[in-house]
Amino acid sequence: MEKWRWSSAAHRLLRLCSNPLSDLRCSPKLQNSTPSGVLYRHEGTCEWIRPFIGQQKQHFGQRSHHLWSGNCLGETPGIQNRFFGATATKIERNSKFATLNSNDISYFKEILGEKNVIQDEDTLLSANTDWMHKYRGSSKLLLLPRTTEEVSSILKYCNSRCLAVVPQGGNTGVVGGNVPVFDEVIINVSSMNNVISFDKVSGILVCEAGCILENLISFLDNRGFIMPLDLGAKGSCQIGGNVSTNAGGLRLLRYGSLHGNVLGLEAVLANGEVLDMLGTLHKDNTGYDLKHLFIGSEGSLGIVTKVSILTPPKLSSVNVAFLACKDYFSCQKLLLEAKRKLGEILSAFEFLDEQSMTLALNHLEGVRNPLPPSLHNFYVLIETTGSNESYDREKLEAFLLSAMEGGLISDGIVAQDIQQASSIWHIREGLPEALIKAGPNYNYDLSLPVEKLYNLVEEMRTRLDNLATVVAYGHLGDGNLHLNISAPQYDDAILAQIEPFVYEWTSKNRGSISAEHGLGLMKANKILYSKSPAAVNVMASIKKLLDPNGILNPYKVLPQSMIH
Amino acid sequence: MKIMVAIKRVVDYAVKIRVKPDKSGVETQNVKMSMNPFCEIALEEALRIKESGLASEVVAVSMGPPQCVDTIRTGLAMGADRGIHVEYPDALYPLSVAKLLKALVEVEKPGLLILGKQAIDDDCNQTGQMLAGLLRWPQGTFASKVILDKEKQAATVDREVDGGIETLSLDLPAVITTDLRLNQPRYATLPNIMKAKSKVVKKYTPQDLNVEIKADLEVVQVTEPPKRKVGVVLSSVDELIDKLKNEARVI
Repeated sequence: MEKWRWSSAAHRLLRLCSNPLSDLRCSPKLQNSTPSGVLYRHEGTCEWIRPFIGQQKQHFGQRSHHLWSGNCLGETPGIQNRFFGATATKIERNSKFATLNSNDISYFKEILGEKNVIQDEDTLLSANTDWMHKYRGSSKLLLLPRTTEEVSSILKYCNSRCLAVVPQGGNTGVVGGNVPVFDEVIINVSSMNNVISFDKVSGILVCEAGCILENLISFLDNRGFIMPLDLGAKGSCQIGGNVSTNAGGLRLLRYGSLHGNVLGLEAVLANGEVLDMLGTLHKDNTGYDLKHLFIGSEGSLGIVTKVSILTPPKLSSVNVAFLACKDYFSCQKLLLEAKRKLGEILSAFEFLDEQSMTLALNHLEGVRNPLPPSLHNFYVLIETTGSNESYDREKLEAFLLSAMEGGLISDGIVAQDIQQASSIWHIREGLPEALIKAGPNYNYDLSLPVEKLYNLVEEMRTRLDNLATVVAYGHLGDGNLHLNISAPQYDDAILAQIEPFVYEWTSKNRGSISAEHGLGLMKANKILYSKSPAAVNVMASIKKLLDPNGILNPYKVLPQSMIH
Repeated sequence: MKIMVAIKRVVDYAVKIRVKPDKSGVETQNVKMSMNPFCEIALEEALRIKESGLASEVVAVSMGPPQCVDTIRTGLAMGADRGIHVEYPDALYPLSVAKLLKALVEVEKPGLLILGKQAIDDDCNQTGQMLAGLLRWPQGTFASKVILDKEKQAATVDREVDGGIETLSLDLPAVITTDLRLNQPRYATLPNIMKAKSKVVKKYTPQDLNVEIKADLEVVQVTEPPKRKVGVVLSSVDELIDKLKNEARVI
C-alpha cells in the first residue's frame, strides 16, 4: 500500500470512508436493495456500493455480515450487474478467458520476484475498486512490473494462456476503465516511476508511465518548466494513464491536448511485442503516426510504458480572477471577449453554476464564499499566464473593466497572491470530491456546442424536478460540460429520467458523450451516440489486429457486439 | 482617526525560493512578488476598524524600488484610501524603515500604526518594535485580537506569546503588529480594483523626509539549509542492529 500515493483529496475521502475490511458489522435495518439489486449501506457520512452478485441472491442474508471478507474476493461471479442497475445491461464473463492457476502464479513470481506478485486481500481490494467506489472487480492477482521487459513477459504469457488483463496506473479514472470487471489480472505500472531524461533547452521530458503527475510537475518546476496538462487528480494520477485516456484537464485551452504534446511513446502490445515509438522530434512525417492510436485507447490496444512529452516553459506571471455572471448568455459572451481581449495570455476558463458553489461551500474544507454575501447564478474562473507581471495585470484589468461596463459580470475578485489563487482554484478543482461527499452521484462528461451547453442542464432540472439536484460545471473554454446529478440514493427511477435522454440529447446536438473521461466500462455500449457505425467498425478491426485474443481491458471502450 | 499601515513587497509565500549561485541572496528575478501575508492581515484589520466607524482613513505605506507601487495598488484595491511610496533603490533594513516611518508619522499624524509582525523574506520581526521605541509609543506585538475603545482612546490587544495569550491595554497613539490568527484578509473585489486606479499615491524620497539611510547591516552570505540525507531501506533486523551499532553508534 505504501507504493500508492494519494492526493490530499483522496486522503480525506479515505478518512471519511473508513477501511471497509474493518466494518464487518452490518445493521440489517440500514440495508436497502433496489429492484435492480444494487446493494448499498450507510455508514455515517459515507456510502459505498457493492455490485449485486446475481447468482448469490439466496445467500444474501448470511453474507451481508461479510461484505468485505475473504469470501467475496474468493469467488468469481459469473454475472455482474452494471453498477447503477440499468435495466438490461448485464455483462457476462467471457468464457474464452482462462482462470488463474498456481502455475501462472509461479511463472509470474519467477519473472517479477515474490514481492511484486500481490495476492494479499487488502491491497487487492483497493486495486479492484475505483476511487469513487462505484466499480469493483474481483481480481485475485496484482502484478507490479518494474521494467518494460517485465511488462512484455507478462503480456506474452497472458496472451498465450488467454488470461484477461487490466492495465492500471493511479486508479483515478471515473468511468470504470481502470479496474477489473471480473477476475482480470491487474498490471499496475506504479513501480515504473523513473524520469529517463529531460532536455533543458527543448523542454522534452522522457519518463516512465508510472510517474505521478504532481511529481513530474515538481520535477519540472525546479527546472523552469511545467506539464502541459493539469487536473485535480494530479496527486495520484500517472502520466501513462493520462496518455492512455487522453486526459484533458484545466489547461487544454492554452496548451492543447495530449495528441499535440506527446511526441512519442513506448507501448507493449497484447502479444508482448514492444512497440518503440519513443521519438523526441517535433516533426516526423514518416509513415502512419501510430502513437495517436494509443493516446486515448484506454489500455485496450496496448500498455503504455514510456512517454516522451513536450513541456512548456514556466511563466512567472499568473493571475486568477473569479467572476459572477447573472445568466449563461453572459458567460458565453465573456468567453468570446476573453479570447479576444486576453488573447495569448488566457490559460484557463472554467464555469460553475450556483448549485456547484453551494455544494463546494457545504462539503469542502476551508472554502469560503469569495463573493459574499449572496450566491450568484453563475461563476467563471479565468486564469492568465504570461511573462510580464504588470503587462498582464493591465490587460486583465482592462478586460475586466470593459466586461463590467458591458454588464457581462455583476461582481468579481482578482487573487492578489498565490495563496488566494489556490483557494479559488480549490473551489473548482474540489467539486468532484464535494460531489462524492454529498452522496450518490450520477456523472456525465459531455462536449457540446457552447451556446447549447446549459440548455441540457435546464432540461435535466425540469425532468428531475425535486428528485435530485443537478450540478453543472466544466471547461467552458473547451465546450466541456461536467453534468452531475446528486441524488439522495441510487434509484432506477432517477436513472430512467437521465439515461438515455442525456445521450440522445448530446447525440442530437452532435456532441460527444465523453469529452475527456473516456468510455471505460460505463459507456462501453454508448459509442454509437457519438461515432458512426462505419468508424466503430474500423476501430473494431484495429482492436482485432492488435489484440486478437481480446485480453487487454476486456468489456470496455467498444461495444462487445462489435468486437466479436 | 487616521490609521497608517506599512506594507512590504516580498517574494510570494507559495514560491519555491532558490539561492543565487553567488550566494549573495535569494533569486528574485522572474519570481512572483506579493504583499507580505502579515502586512495583508494588518491592512485587513485597519479596514475593519474603519468599517466599524472607529477610524476615518486608512493610509498604506510601502518603501523600496518603483515596483512597490504595485503592492500599494493592491492595498488600495483592498480598500485603503491613500498610498505613500518612499522610493529607495537598495535594500532597506528595519532600523531605516522605522526611521522613515517615524518621519512619515510626523507628517501624517495617525492615531494608530499597524504593521505585520515580520516580513517573510528576512523574518526580522524588528520594525514595529523599533518604531514604537523611536516614537516612544506603546506597542502591542503578535496581536491575535484588537479591540478599540474610542472614548478611552485605548486599544485592548491580545498577544500570542509562548506561554499562551497575554492581554494588554494600550493608550493611543500606539503601534500594533499583527500575527496570523488576527483575521482572514479579504479578496480585492473588482469595483474596488477599479476605484483604486484613481486613488492617490504620494511619493517621497528619504531626503524629503530628512532621514539618512545608513547601511549598518551587510549580508555576507546566503546558503540553503543542508539537504536531508535519503533514508535507507534495510532488509533484516540484523542489518538494523549492525547499523545502529557500527554506523550510528547508539547501541
